Amino acid sequence: MLILKFIRLLYSHLVQLYSVTIMSIELKNICKSWGQLDVLQNIDLKCAKGETLVLLGPSGAGKSSLLRVLNLLDTPDNGSISIAGETFDFSTKLSDKKLIKRSQMLRQKVGMVFQQYNLWPHMSVMDNLIEAPVKILKQTKQHAREEAMKILEQLQLTDKADVFPLALSGGQQQRVAIARALMMKPEVLLFDEPTAALDPEVTNQVAEIIKSLAITGITQVVVTHEVDFARKVASQVCYLESGEIVEFGGAEHFQNPQTPQFTNYLKH
Amino acid sequence: MDLLQLQLLLDATKITLGLALTSLVVGLVLAILFCVAEMQKNPLIAKPISLFVTILRGLPEILIVFFIFFGGTHILFLLTDEFYDISPFWSGVVALSLIFASYASQTLRAAIQSVPKGQQQGAQALGMGPVRCFLRITLPQAWRLALPGLGNQWMVLLKDTALVSLIGVTDLMKQADLLSGSTYKPFTFLVAAAAIYLIITLISQWLLKHLDSYINRFDAGVAK
Repeated sequence: MLILKFIRLLYSHLVQLYSVTIMSIELKNICKSWGQLDVLQNIDLKCAKGETLVLLGPSGAGKSSLLRVLNLLDTPDNGSISIAGETFDFSTKLSDKKLIKRSQMLRQKVGMVFQQYNLWPHMSVMDNLIEAPVKILKQTKQHAREEAMKILEQLQLTDKADVFPLALSGGQQQRVAIARALMMKPEVLLFDEPTAALDPEVTNQVAEIIKSLAITGITQVVVTHEVDFARKVASQVCYLESGEIVEFGGAEHFQNPQTPQFTNYLKH
Repeated sequence: MDLLQLQLLLDATKITLGLALTSLVVGLVLAILFCVAEMQKNPLIAKPISLFVTILRGLPEILIVFFIFFGGTHILFLLTDEFYDISPFWSGVVALSLIFASYASQTLRAAIQSVPKGQQQGAQALGMGPVRCFLRITLPQAWRLALPGLGNQWMVLLKDTALVSLIGVTDLMKQADLLSGSTYKPFTFLVAAAAIYLIITLISQWLLKHLDSYINRFDAGVAK
């Protein structure tokens, strides 16, 4: 009996140890408010490496706010963030300069694909892609171009390398935005409403891209309000309402929702 | 009008163009500096520059030209107790570029603020710092929005160079005036000067049009 107990104890320790090392994202008690409005309230969240976490919820639930906190485009008021090996504690005040420097480091490892793509219209697709690797990672132009061509090939955009972004369709722009983020070889990739402006066919393409990226071991966080799309890509799901996590768990929660709110949301 | 007189007018045209182009370059650099300073969150930087620009815009151009030339000489005398000869040409450049910059900085600021915030966020999210983001992403896009306004101010600057004739620079205006005085043919020489000013403005309009379509080329789609 004693031996069994010992083994069980050892096992739980190991599990703990293991889970600490493979956690890619860990949020503790994240709070954020704009004036009187609390957009995020005491968010606790863990996501292991290689998972695709979908943030679901109605408009104004705080999904996008949470995503923007993950690469510190917005600074939380309280709590701590540990993501891609970088840890930030916001319960103590960080100096502005230090925060700016450290969040730049963080963003090199945590890429973001915006709802509006935010491609730079004055640069060709190729220049959009190589700007950050050349200027920030100090890659040579030659090397960056080769990398860019590989990624463009994966995303079936080889013929668009020398085109300006405004000449592309919405779906193509979305793929260029993904390619631009991938150029930094991020450990975590964040998607803000990636299908908001796309037709169903292109939405499927984006789902396929996210699924194929998941195989490469990259951790992805996807904000969406489309349940079908969420089902396709999610390995983890987090349902939010008015700045709070209502339900959190694996993809099986789509079949067996645990809370009335999430059950209700899945119905429509 | 004989050849010698024409030669004198053309030499004076070179001075006018030199004044205008030098002031344009210095003025654009100053405009960027004013504009960046005015957009700083720190009021200790933003407020004084904002006040300075307001004063510059509120004064007649001729007063600024006189102030830099005569006032400058006087201040240097008070400060060093020695009399310095300030070059009228360079005083002109300082005055004209300050005038140009004070107006152009406002055009530029409006243009910079019209570049969508998402553009900067796109850069930020890749780990780009604020300075690089401003120089590589925001400013290149602001130019095209600012170009029509800046083109206008260039025309104004070109004609403001005539003010510098009053502090002793033999520019096109001054030369035309001198020649009409010595030959008693004011009509001929004023028309000649007018024609030269017009030719310069027409050429710059043509250049601006091409610059505009070059800057806006990415709307068309295919690069290179």
